[in-house]
Amino acid sequence: MREREQLLALADDELVIGWRDSEWTGIAPTLEEDVAFSSIAQNEIGHARAVYELLAEDADALAFDRAPEEYRCSPLVELRLLDWAHTIARRYLYEQTDRERIERLMQSDDPVVAGIARKIDREEAYHRMHAELWAERLRDEPRFTQALEELRPYVDGDRATRTPEFAELWDEMTCVRRSAPGAEW
Amino acid sequence: MVTADQVLAALDEIPDPEIPVISLVELGVVRDVEVDGARVSVTLTPTFLGCPALEAMKHALEEKIASIGGDPDVTVERGDAWTSDSITAAGREKLRAAGFAPPVPREATAPRLVQLQSRAFRCPYCGSADTRLENLFGPTPCRSLRYCESCRQPFEQFKTL
Repeated sequence: MREREQLLALADDELVIGWRDSEWTGIAPTLEEDVAFSSIAQNEIGHARAVYELLAEDADALAFDRAPEEYRCSPLVELRLLDWAHTIARRYLYEQTDRERIERLMQSDDPVVAGIARKIDREEAYHRMHAELWAERLRDEPRFTQALEELRPYVDGDRATRTPEFAELWDEMTCVRRSAPGAEW
Repeated sequence: MVTADQVLAALDEIPDPEIPVISLVELGVVRDVEVDGARVSVTLTPTFLGCPALEAMKHALEEKIASIGGDPDVTVERGDAWTSDSITAAGREKLRAAGFAPPVPREATAPRLVQLQSRAFRCPYCGSADTRLENLFGPTPCRSLRYCESCRQPFEQFKTL
């Protein structure tokens, strides 16, 4: 993948997993996890914004004005997960693969790309610790190990097509932009 | 015409929007102050990329520069210029006095869980190192939650970034 495509895939993944993680705000199983998922979601969407700004003059337009088929996120982040074992399994799998590509981007020949990647890496260190803490806690829990096996194939899934669950997410994520085209926020 | 030192002194009066005990200059997010005639150029570096206060900080810098007769040119630099080591010594002391434990210095590698779960972090209220990690995440991206076993006070620990 060329670097620009890698960056778009990264930004789309961060935007969509940030969106999905934020769905736990207010309803996570413990108050600590409510805070954790809200904070992680905020970070991920911040990473998406920084990368969209590298790729386009208008980051919001790139983030929200595309048709569903133009996004390049992984099917893993698109899934709407309603139970905690699957949610933690996704965070664990996501942080593993996210780490590999961020480490590649930190070696970019483009100093601006490498700088943003280093900044993202600093923040992701806390997401990885959170995922590892939970994976350690749940490692003997069958619901968690089954969720890992179930979700693992999605990690390398096709980025050119959308899962059925993306349509509803896209509709909600872009509805404000679509309701007032060209508005300045 | 203003000098770079005068600009920096004026910007040092701007409180952080989320932790107003510390100024933006003490937080270390203001850098590269340059004066060229009336034009005053400043670089603003976010603490965390998702910081929602970034736009508010940018406007505060522009207003302050204009208030001392400068023509503001504030650039946001999203690379990795800022780390938690960028907080000044005065800023760290003000954080501690307000009940926020300042970040521990960054090492060559990223912080690891085993370090954060250790009891090496001092309570900003009583000074005890008998503290434990409550949550890696806190009310803003830059803070974790810890609990002091000695004075039984929960407190916010600035993350090492």
